[in-house]
Parts: sequence; structure tokens; C-alpha cells
Amino acid sequence: MLRYILKRMVISFFTIMLLVTVVFFLIRAMPGEPFLSDKLTPEIRMNMVRYYGFDKPLYVQYLSYIKNLLRGDLGVSMHYNGIPVAKIIGDSFPFSASLGVRALGLAVIVGITLGIVSALNRGRFLDYFCVVAAILGVSLPDFVTGYLLQYVFSIKLKLLPIAMWRGFKYTVLPTFALSFYTTALLTRMMRASMLDVTTQDYIKVARAKGLGTFQIVMRHQLRNAILPVITILGPITAAILTGTFIIESIYAIPGMGKFYVNGIQNLDYSQVLGLTVFYGAFLVIANFAVDILYGVVDPRIRADRRDER
Amino acid sequence: MEPAPEMFAPTQRETSDQGGAIVRPSLSYWQDAWMRLRSNKIASLGMIILALYVMMAITVPIFSATDYTGIDSALIDAPPSDGHWFGTDTLGRDMWTRTWIGARVSLSIGIMAASINAVIGVIIGGISGYFGGRLDMAVMRLLDVVSGIPYLIVAILVMVIMGEGIAPLIVAMIAVGWVGSARLVRGQVLQLKNQEYVLAAQKLGASHMRIIFRHLIPNTIGLILTNVTMAVPYSIFTEAFLSYIGLGIQPPGVSWGLLARYGSQSFRFAPWQLFIPSFFIGTTMLSLYLLGDGLRDALDPKLRS
Repeated sequence: MLRYILKRMVISFFTIMLLVTVVFFLIRAMPGEPFLSDKLTPEIRMNMVRYYGFDKPLYVQYLSYIKNLLRGDLGVSMHYNGIPVAKIIGDSFPFSASLGVRALGLAVIVGITLGIVSALNRGRFLDYFCVVAAILGVSLPDFVTGYLLQYVFSIKLKLLPIAMWRGFKYTVLPTFALSFYTTALLTRMMRASMLDVTTQDYIKVARAKGLGTFQIVMRHQLRNAILPVITILGPITAAILTGTFIIESIYAIPGMGKFYVNGIQNLDYSQVLGLTVFYGAFLVIANFAVDILYGVVDPRIRADRRDER
Repeated sequence: MEPAPEMFAPTQRETSDQGGAIVRPSLSYWQDAWMRLRSNKIASLGMIILALYVMMAITVPIFSATDYTGIDSALIDAPPSDGHWFGTDTLGRDMWTRTWIGARVSLSIGIMAASINAVIGVIIGGISGYFGGRLDMAVMRLLDVVSGIPYLIVAILVMVIMGEGIAPLIVAMIAVGWVGSARLVRGQVLQLKNQEYVLAAQKLGASHMRIIFRHLIPNTIGLILTNVTMAVPYSIFTEAFLSYIGLGIQPPGVSWGLLARYGSQSFRFAPWQLFIPSFFIGTTMLSLYLLGDGLRDALDPKLRS
């Protein structure tokens, strides 16, 4: 196992390097260039270009970026003059992560429960109730759900604060708004996956042994059905924890989401690359955890043994 | 009784081999699935609603008396009436025709992007999970790289190369979207490939491709379909987001996602502008769900009789 983990860490490092390389050249292929403001005189513009090294050939810029990256330096933002990218991430990530963990926790608990309940009651009222609830949650785009929640709970009912991030009360609406899609996805996945295992022989055996429904579900069905949920949770965790543009801007949360979109719109190369490295590291670690969890849930597919077959 | 040679003659056999004949015509996997799907009333309802929406999206804009870009400044934010069945929007444009123009964009993007993603994902995820080992490691790390690329960059670059419109939007969504279904199928195949029927098929000499696509994939069909039906609203909303920041459908063009977005800005005095697109997105989702659930039952080899 230790050998497998070490091997995976080396591979993860090269995965992130490959990602950085791809994004580095993709973003340079985008039309336009930074520092195209009318306010900048040609001299200032030339100084900026020289300062950031854009007058050098592309491969020199690439090599120097990689060299800095390996030393742990993500560079300096070009749009927010002089602010290091690492500081931007450090300042905004705690907000995104805090919101993300809440939304993810809510989605996992509610989604898995609803999925199990609806699979056990297949074709009956409870099943349709859960499914319709899950569908309603994703019938509206998140920018509309976010706004409707604000309208109903803050403007009409005056129960919760409309925006900002200053305490538990402020977290309720954005948490719900962010968790809708994931909850619906997990409900549907869990339901489909549970239905796949109900017809298996080992469930019949368990029932024939006289086990109660609760025991069968918890010990036999859930363990076999949870795998697809784990699979999708990997990338979803990375995406939700590193911030979402729409929800964060609706609720005025100073998270990471806006820097991704702004960075691309402003062609802030170092900011986009820095965020990509950060997100990529999250993604790689999350999928690594998924592969390890596969083996914990289903010992037949333990990751470190898979290669030996 | 005197034994006679006739008594030892074999009894008259039936010449035709009726007893061993197959009475029911043999059905292929897909014929059987289609038969079971048609007999499922709820799934048929989903299919009919979807077909109806597609028909309306094709025909209404052609035969409608009003143009979806036509502005009527006398009738701004008018509620549904005889002249305008779905009312008008903030510029006095007819919501009925705009809804069906929007359906063209949203339905084609939603269904095309989601199903092509699923096909690519099934092929790549199936192969990666089945063969495992180094190939699996390489493919999965490639997926990590692809899903790490910010999709806005991909969308912008695709638009730069292909121009604006529906096709580049679909291409952009496929470029980053197939990763999810590939990962899902791969996880399922990893779990299923240790089952006895795979071993049996291998020992009977079935080729790898046959095992993957005839034995393993049909057993993951429930999850694949669920994933497709969930990917449809995701594509519809992603399109709305891209269009809103100026990267997709340009005004006066419109989609259901965009209609919902405009509607959310004026729903306090003109609620139908939000309600109508939401209703169509919701019922499309519901029909897809019903159809998907029926398909799942129809395609699941374990339920095949």
C-alpha cells in the first residue's frame, strides 16, 4: 500500500505539471493581451510588459514560470497590481471552503438518504415525492434559485440576511442554493445504484437468513451501491470547495469563484495559472482519495492490488 | 398372443420437429428492450412529451404569425392573452414564439451534449476500467488534466475557432464534459469485471471488446442513463451562463436558460416570464427522468425474461 501511495504521489506531481503546461499554452492562445487599457501610456505599457517578461520568447516564459512554480512561487497578479497570487488564494479560499464544506455535507446527507428512501419505495408515493423534489431542485438554473431564495426568505419573510458572510445565519441561504444540484445528482445516483443491487443474489441470501430491512440496506446494499457516489464525489468536492462564481456573487461572499472568471476575462495569466494549479492539486488529491476509498468499500478492487492481475 | 413382426415396428414418428421448435421469435437485446419500453406506460408518456416539445420547437417558429424578434412597445410585460398565449417580455416580444425558439437551442444543446458525452465516456471509461493497470492509470490522469482546465478557456477558444452559434457551444461542452461519465463508467466496470459472467465470457473466448460492450456496459446502463438525464439540465444551464457573459447565443436569440434568467429579473411584476421557461425545463427533466427510468428497466439485463 505504501508503495502504491508513493507511486501515486509521483504520478500526481507530473499530472499537475502537465495540467499547468496545457493551461499555460491554451491561455496564451486566447485572443487579446493584458495591459490593453486606454489609461496606460505606451511607455508604462512597455515597462509592464518588460516587468512581467512578456517580451521574451514564449518557451523562456514557460520555463521561468515552471522554475518559479517549483520553488513555490505562483507569481504576481497582473490585474490586481502587485498582489501575489498566493495571497489572493489565501485570502479568498477560506470563504469558499467554508461554504463548500457546508453545501457538500448537506448534499451528501440529504442526497444519499433520499436516494435510499426512494429506491426502497420504488414506484410508490415516497419514491415519486423524492424524485420530484430532486427534479424541482434542478429545474431552475442556480442563478435563478439563488435569487428566488433571497427574495422569499430575505425580502418577503425577512427570516435570513440577504447577503454577506458574517455568521451562521448568513450561511444558510448560500449553502442551500449551492447544494441543490449536488443533492439532486446524489439522490438520482444513489437511487439508480441501489436498484441495481436489489436484484442481486446476495440480497436474497441476506433476506433468506432473516435479516431485517435496515441491516440488509446498511450492511449489504449500501456498501455495494455507494461506489458510483464516491466516484462523482471526487471531482465535485474539488469543484465545490474551490468556489463557485454564481452563488458567491449573488450572496456577496468574498470567495475564490470570481477570480477564476475575472482572471480569464482580464487575461490575468498568472492568476488563472495559479488558480489552476490550486484547483488541479485539489482534483488530483480528491481522485486519489476516491481510488483508495474504492478499495475500502470493495476489497475486490483495492488499488494497490489492481496492477498485479 | 402370437408375437408378430408388426408389433415391433417403431411407432409412427412425427416427421416435423414441432416439439423442439422455438415458438416465440428470437429477439435481439435491443428489440426486446424496445418492446418492454413501449409497454411501459409512464416511460411512454415521457417519450410523448419530449417528442411533442421537439415537434413544437421545429414547427412553431415556422408557422407562427408573430416573429420572435418583433417588438411591440404598446404591449410590454403583458400577461398571457388571446394574442400572446404566453404574454410578452420586457421589450414587448411574444413569449410563445420565444419559448419555442429557446426550445431549439436548449433541447439540441441539452440532448446532444449529454448523449455524445455519454457515448465518449462509455467507450473510454469502459476500456480504461476493463484493462486496468498502466492503461487505466494513464487514462485517468489524462482525465484529471482535462477536468483541471478551466472550461471558460476552452469555451472561448472553441468560439474563436468555430465562431458563434449552437454547434460551438455543443463542442465546448463535449470537450470538457465527457470526463464525468468516463470516470463513472470506469468505476462501475472496475467493480463488475470481477464477476463470474465476465470470467465465463472470457473462458468461452469472447473478445475484450465484446465483453466490455455486450456484458459490462449493459450492466451499468442504469447509472449511465441517470447521468445523461442529469447532464441535460447541466448543459442547458451552462449554455445560459455562457450566453449571459456574452459567449453563447447572442440577442435577440434566446434559450430556455436565458429566458429564465431574464424572467428572474422581472418576476416580481411579471411572474409568467420566469414561470414559463421553468415549467418547460422542469417538465423536460421530468419526461427525461420517466423515459430514463423506463429505459433502465428495459435495458437492464438482470430484469430480462
